[in-house]
Amino acid sequence: MKDKKGAPRKTKFDIKKITQLQGYSSFTSALMAIVLGLIFGFMVMLFANPGSALAGFRFVVLGGLGRIGDVFYFATPILMTGLAVGFAFKMGLFNIGASGQYTMGLYFALYVAFMWQLPNGIHWMVAILAGMVGGMIWGFIPGFFKAFLNVNEVITSIMFNYIGMYLVDMWIQSNATIYVSSTTRTRYVPMSAQIPSLGISGSNVNFGIVIGILIAIILYIVLQKTTFGYELKATGFNKHASEYAGMKGKKNIVLAMAISGGLAGLGGAFLILAPSGIVGSSMTYEPINIIAANGFNGIAVSLLGHSHPLGIIFSAVFISHIQRGGTLTSLVGYKPEIIDVVIAVIIYFSAFAMIMKSSAGKFIKSKFGKKENKENKVAKEAE
Amino acid sequence: MENYIVEMLNITKEFPGIIANDDITLKLKKGEIHALLGENGAGKSTLMSVLFGLYQAEKGIIKMNGKEVKINNPNDANALGIGMVHQHFKLVEVFTVLENIILGVEPNKMGFLQESEAKEKVLYLSEKYGLKVNPDALIEDISVGMQQRVEILKMLYRDNEILIFDEPTAVLTPQEIKELLKIMKDLANEGKSILFITHKLNEIMEVSDRCTVLRKGKYMGTVDVKDTTKEELSRMMVGRDITFTVEKEEAKPKDVVLSIKNMTVASKIHKNNAIRDVSFDVRAGEIVCLAGIDGNGQTEFVHALTGLEKLVSGSIKLCGKDISRSSIRQRSMGGMSHIPEDRHKHGLVLDYTLEENLVLQRYWQKQFQNNGFIKFGEVRKYAEDLIERFDIRSGQGPETITRSMSGGNQQKAIIAREIDKEHELLVAVQPTRGLDVGAIEYIHKQLVDRRDAGKAVLLISLELDEVMNVSDRILVIYEGEIVGELNPKETNVQELGLYMSGAKRNTSKEIKNEG
Repeated sequence: MKDKKGAPRKTKFDIKKITQLQGYSSFTSALMAIVLGLIFGFMVMLFANPGSALAGFRFVVLGGLGRIGDVFYFATPILMTGLAVGFAFKMGLFNIGASGQYTMGLYFALYVAFMWQLPNGIHWMVAILAGMVGGMIWGFIPGFFKAFLNVNEVITSIMFNYIGMYLVDMWIQSNATIYVSSTTRTRYVPMSAQIPSLGISGSNVNFGIVIGILIAIILYIVLQKTTFGYELKATGFNKHASEYAGMKGKKNIVLAMAISGGLAGLGGAFLILAPSGIVGSSMTYEPINIIAANGFNGIAVSLLGHSHPLGIIFSAVFISHIQRGGTLTSLVGYKPEIIDVVIAVIIYFSAFAMIMKSSAGKFIKSKFGKKENKENKVAKEAE
Repeated sequence: MENYIVEMLNITKEFPGIIANDDITLKLKKGEIHALLGENGAGKSTLMSVLFGLYQAEKGIIKMNGKEVKINNPNDANALGIGMVHQHFKLVEVFTVLENIILGVEPNKMGFLQESEAKEKVLYLSEKYGLKVNPDALIEDISVGMQQRVEILKMLYRDNEILIFDEPTAVLTPQEIKELLKIMKDLANEGKSILFITHKLNEIMEVSDRCTVLRKGKYMGTVDVKDTTKEELSRMMVGRDITFTVEKEEAKPKDVVLSIKNMTVASKIHKNNAIRDVSFDVRAGEIVCLAGIDGNGQTEFVHALTGLEKLVSGSIKLCGKDISRSSIRQRSMGGMSHIPEDRHKHGLVLDYTLEENLVLQRYWQKQFQNNGFIKFGEVRKYAEDLIERFDIRSGQGPETITRSMSGGNQQKAIIAREIDKEHELLVAVQPTRGLDVGAIEYIHKQLVDRRDAGKAVLLISLELDEVMNVSDRILVIYEGEIVGELNPKETNVQELGLYMSGAKRNTSKEIKNEG
C-alpha cells in the first residue's frame, strides 16, 4: 500500500514540472490541432473513396519520409515567411504582407542573379542579400506608415501585396534578360547565382534551409536574450507600459516590420535561387498576377509554431512533410488538394490556439496532476 | 431565534496545501447590510464563491430561511435569489443598458422580444431605488458608475433578495461611492439583504449593520458596527495595530527640484485645454499633494509632466534643467520616478515575469546589459534583492508572471522599481488605489521615507484622508487650474472639499493663475 501511495506522487511531480514548462501548452495545442486536422482529413478521404482511404492516409502521414530532401527544400521558403509573420507578431504586429515582401525579395534576388556579373563564390550570397533588402524595403514602408501616420499595418501590407506583385510581374515581363516570353517564365538562374546544393540525390534541397534554421536560432536568441528582444516583446504585450518605460515604440515598429520583411524577402530569394537536380536548369518564376501562396502559408506556419522561432522550424518542416505526402496520394486516386484541406483544418484549430492552449493543457493536467493545478490556482488567489 | 435569511455554517474549503476557508460561519439577517472584511487573500472571495455555487465546501452547510440548501452552480444560486455584482463587470459593451439587464431572462411572446414590457419594469425599478440609468444608452458609452447601476438593476430585475457586492467601490469616484452607499441603504430598507465585500473601513462604518472579519482563511468574529471602531476592525483584520495617521516629522524643504511654469496641456476629450496655465514648485524634502476630484485634469497633468503627452505651452524644470521637450527616458534619467495611475496599463507588462518588470526602467543600463545582451544573472540578483527589501510576495519569486500577483504586491513591485532607481523627484499617482489598509500603510511610509531622504515627492490623490495625512503642502486642482494652496495642519476636510468642488478659491500670492 505504501508503495502505491508513493509511486503516483513521483509521477505527479514529474508531470507538474513538464506542465509548467513555458512551451508545454503551446506544444500540446499544436499537437492537438495536428491530430484533429489529420482525423478530419482521413474522414474526408474515407468519404470520397473508402477503398483507398487507408493507403492514402498512410501516404499523407508517412509519404514525406521517403523524400526527406524535398521536404526540407519545400520547407525553406515557408520557414522564412513563417519567421517573418511570427517575428512581427511578437511585437503585436500582424504582417499579412509577407507575400508581397517575399515576391519583392524574389525579384531583387533575380535581378542581381541576372544583371550583375560577380565571381562564382559570392554571386549567390549577394543575390540572397539583395533578396533580403528587397523584402526589408517592402516591410519598412507599412511599418513607417504604422509608426508615424498611425495607419493599420494589416491594411497597408495587404495593399502592398498587390502593389509588389504587379510591380514585380511588370518589371520581369519587361526585362528580356530575365524573362522568356515564349515560355512565359523566367530563365534558368545562372549557375554562379544558384545556392549550393546539399547534394541529396533526386532533390533540390540546398544550403538555404541551413541558413534558414540558423536565422531562426538567431531570432530566438535576439528575442530571448537581447534588450531589443526585451523591448519588442514588452511592446507586443503592453504598448502603454513600453511607452511609459521610455522605449522608442515608433523606431521599434519600423525596425520590426523591416526585419520581418527582410525574412520574407529571404524566403523569396531562397526559392528562386535554388539549384535543380537536373544540371543546367533551375527554379523559374511565372509572372501571372497571382499573389504568392508561400506568403500566406507563412501565416499558417507561424500560427502552428505559436510565433516561436524554434516552433516555426518544426511547423514549417511538418507542413512541408504532409504536403509532400499529399502529392503521393494521387497514386491511389486522390487529388493532391486533399492535403490543403488537412492543412486548412490544422490552421483552423491552431487559430483557436487560445482555447486549445488552455483546454488541452488543462485536460492533461487534470488527468495527471489534478491537485497541482488547483494548488497553483489557490496560491494565485491567496496572494 | 433571530430571523436569518442565509446561514453559512462552519464552512471549510480546502485546497491542497492551503485552507482557504477554515470553519467559517456567516449569518445574514434579512434586510441588513453585512460587511465581509479581510485583507487580499483572506478567503472572502472563496467564501462568496461557495455561496454563489462556484466552489463546493468540504465541510459545513448552507441554510436559507432555516432550511438546508445545496448550491451546485451559479444557476442554483440565481434560483434561490442570490445575485452578485462582480468587481469586474460582466456586461456586453455593445449592447444597450436594457439589453444587458434582460440578458438571459428576456420576456418574449412566441420568441418575439417584448422590449417595452421589460423597459417598463426597468424604469420602475430604477425609479424605486434611485438607480439613474438611460435604458437605451450603450454600455461602452456610459460611466463606470452607471455600469455598476446596470449590474445592480440586473439583480433587481431577477428579483434577487440577497445581493452580493464584491468590492464595489474600488472603481468609483468619491461622489459615485457616496451615491452607491446611499443606494445600498435604500435597498436594505426595502428588505433586500446585502453582503458587502470590502477592505475600506470608512465605508463599512458608514453603511453596514454588522461586519464579519476574516484573516488568512480563519473566522475572526462578527461585530455590530455601531459598537466598534475603525481601529478595532483593522486590528481584527490585520492582526496588529494599524496607524491611520502617518507618523512623520516636520518637513524641511530645501532646494527647488521641480519647477512648473505656466503649463498648459490640451485635452483629448474636449476642445478646451485640460490644464490651464498651472505654475508651482516642489522642493526637496517635502511632499506636495495635488488634490482634486477625478477628471479635473490630473491625468493630463501627469502625462505632460512625465512626457507621455506634449505641452501646449509653458515649461517644466527638473533640478534646474528644462525638460519641457525631453523624451520620457531623458526625464527618467534626469531624476524623475513615476508611479503611474493605472498600474496595469502603464506600470507593468503583466505577461512579463516579476524580475523582467523590476528592470523595466533600467534594462538598458550598463549594469544589466552588455552589447545589447541582457545579463539575466544580474537581473535575477537585483530582483531578489528588491523582493527581499520591499517584501514583494509572489508564488514563484522573480519568475512569477506578474499577472498572477495580487494588486498590492504588483504595486509594491512598481514602488520598489521606481524608488530604487536614482531619482530626485517621485511622482506618485493614486498609489494606494484599490489596496487594503496594510498595503496603504506601507506605501505611505515609503513616501515619507523618500521625503526624509531628501527627495521631492509629488503625490496626486483623490482620497481626502490620504491628502490630509501624507502631504506637507496641498495644492487643489479644479477644472485644470490650481485654485488653492493649503497647509494640511491649518485646514480640514470640509474646507478642502469646498476647494475641490470649486466652491472656494484662494488668491494668495503663490498662486498666480486665477481666472
